[in-house]
Amino acid sequence: MSFLLPCPNCGPRDVNEFAYAGEVTHRPRITPSQRELSSYVYFRRNVAGVQREWWYHRFGCELWFLAERDTRTNEVLKTELPLRDEAEAPTTQ
Amino acid sequence: MRFPEQPNERIDRSRPVRFFFHGRAVEGFEGDTIGSALFASGRRVFSRSFKYHRRRGLLCCSGGCPNCLMRVDGVPNVRVCVEPVREGIQVRAQNVLGSLERDLLAVVDHFAGPFTPVGFYYRTMIRPRRFWPLYETFLRHVAGLGRLDKHVGRSRRFDTEHRRAEVLVIGGGRSGREAATSAAAAGRQVVLVDERSAFDLDGVEVLAPARAIGIYEGGLVPVDADGVLYRFRAERIVVATGALEQPLLFPGNDLVGVYLPAAVRRLVDEWSLKPGERAVIVSADERGLAVADQLERAGTRVVERIDLRSAPPRRIAARGRRGRLCAVAVDGRELECDTLVMSGGRQPAYSLLAQAGARIEYEFERGIFLPADLPPNVEAIGSVAGEQEPAAVPAASFDGADGQDRCFVCICEDVTDKDVKRAIAEGFDSIELAKRYTTVTMGPCQGRLCHVPSIRLYARENETDEAAIGTTTARPPWAPVSLGLLAGRGHEPAKRTSIHHRHKEAGATMMWTGVWRRPHSYSHAGNETLSVHEAVGVIDVSTLGKLVVQGPEAAPFLELLYPNRFGDMKLGRIRYGVLESDAGRIMDDGTIGRLGEDQYYVTTTSTGADTVIEWFEWWNAVWGMEVEIVNLTGALAAVNIAGPHARELLGRLTDVDVSNEGISYLDAKEAFVAGVPCLILRIGFVGELGYELHFPSPYGEYVWDTLLEHGADLGIRPFGLEPQRILRLEKMHILVGQDTDSESNVLEAGMPWIAKLDKDDFVGKWALEHVQARGFREQLVGFEMTNGVVPPEGGQIVLGGRSAGRVTSARLSPHLGRAIGMAWVRPELAQEGAEIEIKVDGGVANARVRLKPFFDPEGERLRS
Repeated sequence: MSFLLPCPNCGPRDVNEFAYAGEVTHRPRITPSQRELSSYVYFRRNVAGVQREWWYHRFGCELWFLAERDTRTNEVLKTELPLRDEAEAPTTQ
Repeated sequence: MRFPEQPNERIDRSRPVRFFFHGRAVEGFEGDTIGSALFASGRRVFSRSFKYHRRRGLLCCSGGCPNCLMRVDGVPNVRVCVEPVREGIQVRAQNVLGSLERDLLAVVDHFAGPFTPVGFYYRTMIRPRRFWPLYETFLRHVAGLGRLDKHVGRSRRFDTEHRRAEVLVIGGGRSGREAATSAAAAGRQVVLVDERSAFDLDGVEVLAPARAIGIYEGGLVPVDADGVLYRFRAERIVVATGALEQPLLFPGNDLVGVYLPAAVRRLVDEWSLKPGERAVIVSADERGLAVADQLERAGTRVVERIDLRSAPPRRIAARGRRGRLCAVAVDGRELECDTLVMSGGRQPAYSLLAQAGARIEYEFERGIFLPADLPPNVEAIGSVAGEQEPAAVPAASFDGADGQDRCFVCICEDVTDKDVKRAIAEGFDSIELAKRYTTVTMGPCQGRLCHVPSIRLYARENETDEAAIGTTTARPPWAPVSLGLLAGRGHEPAKRTSIHHRHKEAGATMMWTGVWRRPHSYSHAGNETLSVHEAVGVIDVSTLGKLVVQGPEAAPFLELLYPNRFGDMKLGRIRYGVLESDAGRIMDDGTIGRLGEDQYYVTTTSTGADTVIEWFEWWNAVWGMEVEIVNLTGALAAVNIAGPHARELLGRLTDVDVSNEGISYLDAKEAFVAGVPCLILRIGFVGELGYELHFPSPYGEYVWDTLLEHGADLGIRPFGLEPQRILRLEKMHILVGQDTDSESNVLEAGMPWIAKLDKDDFVGKWALEHVQARGFREQLVGFEMTNGVVPPEGGQIVLGGRSAGRVTSARLSPHLGRAIGMAWVRPELAQEGAEIEIKVDGGVANARVRLKPFFDPEGERLRS
């Protein structure tokens, strides 16, 4: 991988400056059933196509942000700060 | 060997350069390459071929073919035809057993032919099986090109540099230079990369000699420039890599004395060298025929010029004596010669463009493959784009007469036309499969000389055309690159605390913990634990992660992240906390002290600091709560003083009340200690009365020295990580990552009081509720051995011959005089005094489960 990723703070930077943290997951708002919990914690869609995912500018401004990337071509359609009311949770296992 | 000085020659005859070939002095001039100087000294054989060990001489003289690979000052596989001479260098031949003239492995050429057809390594030398070790030893010895010196280590330094360019031009030929200067004239920032030696170009930064290794995703172009790897990002990439002269396929086409036109041009024009006495030219284009000028200038008689465009012969075969060309037979006519210039036309060097995503299509008219559909921002100009004179499409191969010499398709890997035909007969009809089977294009030339000829041969033998056969996938590296360059500089990042040098001076054995260097122990780990129990010890804990979490929502923020409750804490109090993920997994542990209404001081494990900060920031990116997280890990040093005399020692260095009422267990207090502003945390990881002092890093050595000085009469002694591990095990304090793994949660790890399941929400709450509902599968307990044997960490616990758990930590406690440890066991074994067996050295040893700390189970000493 050697594509460029536009950090919302720093602009386009080499992807090696960032940590990839997986596709966004949605944290249940109310106590989940066991199935819902497993699905949130362990299951991923793993799409071949446009994916909404977490990135962290680890060797830069240390910002967490979201990117929409085509997993087949590594084309980054957009990057943005998390929309705070959407409960897009850290990818946690 | 040199003819008289001519204008524009590259060599400077007034400046001789002397180097050594196999220990013998060779004279050359400034401007010579090692290859041209050796040629001038009369040398014609430059290498032995890969498989048959045939003699090989200069062929392309442009750094493309494998024929001049030598070992220069210990570096293998140097192409000496383009490597400039340097005073005093040591040059040696490679891939020979003996010398270039008498190579014992040349027997392969004469006798082993029937045993070494294409793919022979899959079918010969496999029977009888018991001889395989012999075969293998032999094959390992003869396989590969060049030898690395195992003992030399890293003798060169390699660096990487990230660069940007508005326009990056690859190739400094006519088209490349024109493109570069016109872009520069238009005000663009232009970098030009060229393989040949450096030159000046107006307004253009020229990197030479340097080679573009490939074009990667995102327009990344790594450039190899003599020990520096430039990683270029260019807005526009202009590829002007030109075209590659193609050889012809006929028997004996690898003999010494067979040249591509460029070799003759360079030998004559640049170095004033005479290629031979009598020459024959066989060419598919005008450029090849034109070398007659050079040959005549050098005094070589051109016996015959054969133009493949007008009257292509049916048969061509070269004949050699001791590997050197002596005659060529053309349609039965025998022409005596020692020089044969062959040209099968020029193939655009499209490889970089194909890597960038261009499609490659075949042009029947000129018989070449051309790049098409270039990606945006990539441009092809000059010969690589097909700007070249018309040429005849040569026959796929020419036959000679009976008893002819071998006809090579690939001189790197010694693959003949027979091998290719055989591979097709065996069913390898796809070019990609055939490539892997025959290894054509997989040698040092990377297809420069063999890709198109092999496709042509494939097309003819499969009775189809080149377009149908197609090309193999172009992959980096396009130019050979040393692994050292890709690896870059040898980095071994290490973090040291501000007290590091005091540990070294005290003779500590240092160890790695993550990226930190920490003292394992200073003298004897066991004795260091005893001085903590009996007097006072001091340990450098600056490696702990240290964060300040501050803001109106600091308390709710921490309560969402930790299973614990923090909002009810009084100011100046400390609580032990464990971080969990939503899967319930224990991630890290540490202490959380409340320093103000909205201010908490959080410590993490030494190796978990970065993860915890990222974790905090990540969740707050979602929650957007009003908190600031400040990382003080490097800014603050920390030491822990522990032992019965710790209070006495602290009291000598501070004015604050250090009595049990002044600073009680789990109190946090800001005070001056030895004149240094400190945060004093009264906590007890090692089980004795103890204080952690956190203070600005620059005071590290001063505070350390002051403690040792004022504690001398109290018997103070520094202790390392290993004694700390014994001490914490005596207290059954867990080490995250040692005693816990990806399945561990706080309930089963025996810390149910941490999880406040009555809170509305916290990360990991649902998983813990699930654990509670399903019941425990295993539990973390302590154990002590009945016979004093220390079981291995990871050792299996058995019950009635079946696995019932595993050991996570085990040590001999000098204070208790017993072997103790911690283990995960099945819930029914998690009872005080339960008998378990642990596998040790093939047998089993007995142990008893302990649920309470081995040392000071009620925490009286901790609170004293």
